[in-house]
Amino acid sequence: MPVLSVTGLNVRFSTEDGSVHALKDVSFDVPERRIVGVVGESGCGKSTLINAILGLLAKNGEVSKGSILFQGDRDLTKLGATEMRALRGEEIATVFQDPMGALNPVFSVGQQMVNVQYRSGLSKAEKRKRASEMLKQVRIPDAEAALSRYPYEFSGGMTQRIAIAMALMMEPALLIADEPTTALDATLEVATIELLQELQVKIGCSVLFISHHLGVVAELCEDVVVMYAGEVVERGTVRQVFNDPRHPYTVRLLECDPARQKKRMRHLPTIPGEIPDLRARPEGCIFAPRCHRRFGACANTPPDMETGTGHVARCFLADQPEPVGAQG
Amino acid sequence: MSDVVVKVEDVEVAFSVGRIGRRSSILGVAGVSFEVRRGETFAIVGESGSGKTTLARAINRLRPVSRGAITFEGRRIESLDRQAMKPLRRRMSMMFQDPVGSLSPRMTVGDLVAEPYRIHGLERRNIQEETARLLSLVGLSQDFAHRYPHQLSGGQARRVGVARAIALDPVLVIADEPTAGLDVSVQGEVLNLLNDLRERLGLAMVIITHNLHVVRHVADRMAVMYLGRFVETGETEAIFDAPAHPYTAALLSANPEPDPDTARDRISLPAEVPSLLARPEGCEFHTRCPWVRDICKTTPPPCSSVEHRVLTCHFPLARGERPPERTG
Repeated sequence: MPVLSVTGLNVRFSTEDGSVHALKDVSFDVPERRIVGVVGESGCGKSTLINAILGLLAKNGEVSKGSILFQGDRDLTKLGATEMRALRGEEIATVFQDPMGALNPVFSVGQQMVNVQYRSGLSKAEKRKRASEMLKQVRIPDAEAALSRYPYEFSGGMTQRIAIAMALMMEPALLIADEPTTALDATLEVATIELLQELQVKIGCSVLFISHHLGVVAELCEDVVVMYAGEVVERGTVRQVFNDPRHPYTVRLLECDPARQKKRMRHLPTIPGEIPDLRARPEGCIFAPRCHRRFGACANTPPDMETGTGHVARCFLADQPEPVGAQG
Repeated sequence: MSDVVVKVEDVEVAFSVGRIGRRSSILGVAGVSFEVRRGETFAIVGESGSGKTTLARAINRLRPVSRGAITFEGRRIESLDRQAMKPLRRRMSMMFQDPVGSLSPRMTVGDLVAEPYRIHGLERRNIQEETARLLSLVGLSQDFAHRYPHQLSGGQARRVGVARAIALDPVLVIADEPTAGLDVSVQGEVLNLLNDLRERLGLAMVIITHNLHVVRHVADRMAVMYLGRFVETGETEAIFDAPAHPYTAALLSANPEPDPDTARDRISLPAEVPSLLARPEGCEFHTRCPWVRDICKTTPPPCSSVEHRVLTCHFPLARGERPPERTG
C-alpha cells in the first residue's frame, strides 16, 4: 500500500482574471520506503502540488476534483484544519529550499528542536537528548554545544542539515523535500543527498523530493514524476524515464541539460516557445504548441499510456519512441 | 599583446571585520592573477564564499582593491577615482546575479535598456532606435519595452540584463552567475545568447558560476577558486579532462549527472570550508584534502606552471588518480 496516492487531482485558483487551472488530472503514488522525485521547470505546479498535499493552498485555491490518499485510508483533501494540523510535522514533515528561512533566527537551535517535539510526551531532558542525537546523525560537529547556538552561526549546508534533522525528528511516514539542495554548492549538494538517502533507510520513511535538478533526481530517487504546466506528462522509475523517455517534453528536457552533453558545444539545445497561459488552458495536449512531433490527434486530450510496468506517459505517441538523436 | 583586454596581477581585496578597537581584516580575494583576451570567455568557479563575486566587483572597481594591479585596455585602473572610472565603465559592463532583482521594479524594460545611455549622457543618440536594436539583439520582441520587471520570466529578465550590459558597446562583460535560478531549457538560451554576442561583437567575457556543466560549454579557459585564491587555472577542456588539483578533482566529481547508470567515483571532501578569519597553515586546502601529506600542513605549496596550466599544489594529481585509502 502506497504511503501517498494522488489520483486525478485538479487544483484551481480563482483570480481577478478568471480561474487558473493550476493542476490538471495529476496522478501518482509514493510507495512505502521509496524516494520519488518530481521534476519540472518553474511554473509547472510543483509547489502547488506540495501545498495541496499539505493542505496549505492559498485561500483562493481549491481542489476541484480528485483525491490524495495518505496511508490508504485518509483523504487529505477531505480532512479538516485540525486533523491536518495533527498530521503535519508528525506524519508528514517538510524541508524547504531556504534553510535560513525555515529556522527561527531568534531562538537557539536547541530550543527549536525541543519545541517541535511538543506532542511527543517526553520530558524536557529527553527531548534535548533526542535533539542532540538527531544533530549527530546529520553530522553536525559538537552536537551538544550546537544546541545552544543560533541559526546564523551555522553555514548554509549546516542549517539545511539541521532543518532535515528537525523534519525527521518525529520519524514521519512521509518527508516532503522541496528543492532542499538548490541553494547549496555542488560538494554540499552531494553530501546532503547522501545524508538524505542514509536517513531515509534508517527511519524507513518515504520521500517526495521536488527538484529541477535532473542530476540530483537521477542520483537520489527511485521513481520520478515529470510535470509540465500543471500536468504529469510522464512517470516511472528513474531508469525507465531517464533511459527511455516516452514523452517529447521529457526527451527535450533531458537534451537541454548541459550535463548530458558530454561533448563541448557552443550551441546548447533549448525548447523553443513558452509555457502556455494557464488561465486559458489550451484544449488537447498541453505540450503540443512546443512539440516537434505534434499531429492532428494532439488537439484532443492524450491518454495516460502505460508503456512498461508503472511507466506512464500522457502522449498519443508514447508507444512509438522517437529514434535517438532525431532532432538537435 | 594588444589582444589582452584585462589583466589582473596579484590582486587582493580586504574587508575589515570585528568591533571598533579590535579591528582586523580578512582577505576576500588573496592574490589572484589572470588575463582575458578579446573574444575569449574566462570562467571563475568555486563554492559560495570563495571570493568569486568579490573578485568580479574588484575588476570593475565596485570594490576597492587593497593590493595588486589591474590593467584594462593597457591602462592601470586599480587606483583611479570614481570620476576617472566613469568613462571606462562604458567599456566594461557587469551583469549582476539576481536577474529580476537587478532591474529596478519601477522602470519599464524600455527605460531600463536606455538607462546606460542616460547615465553616460549619450541621449543625443536616438534612444528609441537603440532600444529597439538592443531588444532585437537579445531576442525580445518590441512589446517588451512597455513591460515592468515583475511581468517578466527569469529568462526574459536575464535577457534584459544582457541588453543593458551590451548597450554601450563594451569590450569586456563580467557576468555574475548568469544562469543561476534559471530552468535548464532557459539556461541554454541565455548561454547561447552570450556566446553569440561574444562572437559577433568580439567581447571578452568573465563568467562567474558554480555550475560546472555550464563552464564546460562556454568557457575557453577557467580558474578554480578556493578561499580567495586560484588553485588551478588552465584551458577548460584540459582541466575537465584531467584535473590536477585535488579540489578541482573533487568539484568535478561532485557534479550530479542526469544518468542513473553513471558509475560514481566520487571524491568526498570531509569537513567544512575553513573560516577566512582563521586560514589554515600550509596549503589552505589541506583540512579537506583526501591526499593530504605532512608537508601540506606546514608549507604553502608553490605556484607551478606547466603547459598553460597554473597550479598551487605540492602533489599534482595524475590523470584519474583516486584518493589513497585512509585507515582510522
